Amino acid sequence: MPSATATVALRAEGVSKRFGGLVAVDGMSFALAENEVLGLIGPNGSGKTTMLNLISGATKPSGGAIRLYEHDISATPASEIARRGVARTFQIVRMLPSLTVLENVSAGGVFGHSRRWGRDLEDHARDLLRRVGLQGAGDASVSALTYIDQKRVELARALASDPKVLLLDEWLAGLNPTELRTGIALIEQLRAEGRTIIIVEHVMDAIRSLCDRCIVMNSGAKIAEGTPREVLADPEVIRAYLGDADA
Amino acid sequence: MNLPAAIALSHREQIKLLAGVLIFGAAALLPFFNTTYWLSIGISIAMFTVLATSWALFSGPTNYIALSTAAFFGIGMYIVGGGLPYLPFPALVLVAALAGALFSAVVGLATLRISGVYFVIFTLGLAELVRQVVAWAQHVMGTSSGLYVLIGISDQAMYWLLLGLAALVFLVGWAIGRSRLGFALRIIGNDEVVAVHSGINTARAKVVLFVISSTFAAMTGALVAPRWSYVEPSIAFSPFLSFEVVIMALLGGVHRLWGPLVGVIPFTLLWEFISAKFPSQTTLLLGACFLLIVYFIPRGVVGLIEDFTRERGGAIRDLLKRWTGGHA
Repeated sequence: MPSATATVALRAEGVSKRFGGLVAVDGMSFALAENEVLGLIGPNGSGKTTMLNLISGATKPSGGAIRLYEHDISATPASEIARRGVARTFQIVRMLPSLTVLENVSAGGVFGHSRRWGRDLEDHARDLLRRVGLQGAGDASVSALTYIDQKRVELARALASDPKVLLLDEWLAGLNPTELRTGIALIEQLRAEGRTIIIVEHVMDAIRSLCDRCIVMNSGAKIAEGTPREVLADPEVIRAYLGDADA
Repeated sequence: MNLPAAIALSHREQIKLLAGVLIFGAAALLPFFNTTYWLSIGISIAMFTVLATSWALFSGPTNYIALSTAAFFGIGMYIVGGGLPYLPFPALVLVAALAGALFSAVVGLATLRISGVYFVIFTLGLAELVRQVVAWAQHVMGTSSGLYVLIGISDQAMYWLLLGLAALVFLVGWAIGRSRLGFALRIIGNDEVVAVHSGINTARAKVVLFVISSTFAAMTGALVAPRWSYVEPSIAFSPFLSFEVVIMALLGGVHRLWGPLVGVIPFTLLWEFISAKFPSQTTLLLGACFLLIVYFIPRGVVGLIEDFTRERGGAIRDLLKRWTGGHA
């Protein structure tokens, strides 16, 4: 929970992103406290993924500043941001097809925030595989995995660098109801470990059960902020999702 | 589990190392058979082994098809050709290595941001550019269009030197494969976005490999320069050479260190035959070979071998399973 004394892990200050004439993110400001799980929600095209891309450095802001532990990372290359402790998963799962499952996970733990190699790396990767429920699958080819298992691998890869801030971009999308329960339990476990996470998600059940706080975006701007219960009851949020009742 | 991990050599690696030493040792005996014809083919094979293997060090994992081999090869050749009056041959080979490294670092930093077909075209143009610059410089300085490389180095010595360089390429390639850099390149080749977000400085990794690969090309050009007693731009910077190297590497397979070697040997022999029988159709036939290889064996001979052993292995496993199943 954000409190006056909590350390701010990540802070956005009036962050904007324009693609030509389109304003994808429009003056976003928020703070993410250490050990907090923050949900970033909003209708399709509201700029959530762009916001994550700005934090991870995949794209650079047109205006404003992003600070990681008060250090400005607005102009820092993505690889350097990863080294400073931001790890992410992708909306469409990204595997390294010619690498084994274990190597896919290891890939996150060599060059990023924490750097391991050799025996140490292998033990770490195996431990993560066990934690995401893929023990014994290390030598398999990733193409042999089901969709949720690929998502597990991607999560393990993101965790392999011991990130300070973890970004999950619709990590639960495309899962069937059983898999969804497993997925939510997995993130629940990360939350219990006290990790600092931003979740972009459409699955409202997940938002309700996982997030300490939510930010709702519409047309690139923040339209509401608060606990999941508060924001989901907000008339403006309902309007953003369902359209204007008066129309 | 083939994560490049342990510091000590595993049992399999010891066997591979022994096999490598034996193969190189056997190859080193060739000059003692006293056949000039086979020694000349041996020189070609050794030269293309260095070029194709070092080419694959960069292009294999990154999937960047570089057609710049001739640019660096030609620079090496010209450094020997132009420097012989001033420096001894071994020193010139080192100068060529240094020049190749510096030039490729500049080129790499400028071009490795571009990808796909743009990079291919750029590297092809690079060899042509260097060639034109050299021709222009020679014209301005009023010298003849070529250089005489007159140095008493025997074919045997050149063969052994190239063989030594080939051994060095394999050692460097093996060391890279075990290193973080090698792992980074495999990740980059799979998905550059993942690589970047895993903290890999992809530009630096690519430049380092490009420099290593180009340095070997420059050294090769320097070592074989005496083979042509007269060097001119059209020989030194021939785009033909770049294409030959790519074709041989692809024919062998670029995802194993020893892959290009499997392509170099048959292709050099085939080429010897073709250029003897059809001297005026070589370009046509080279193009045809390129199309056939890319179309029919995109993963090279190594890929074919792996598919074959896997299928057979699978069949044997199935048989065993059925047999043991029947008895269970």
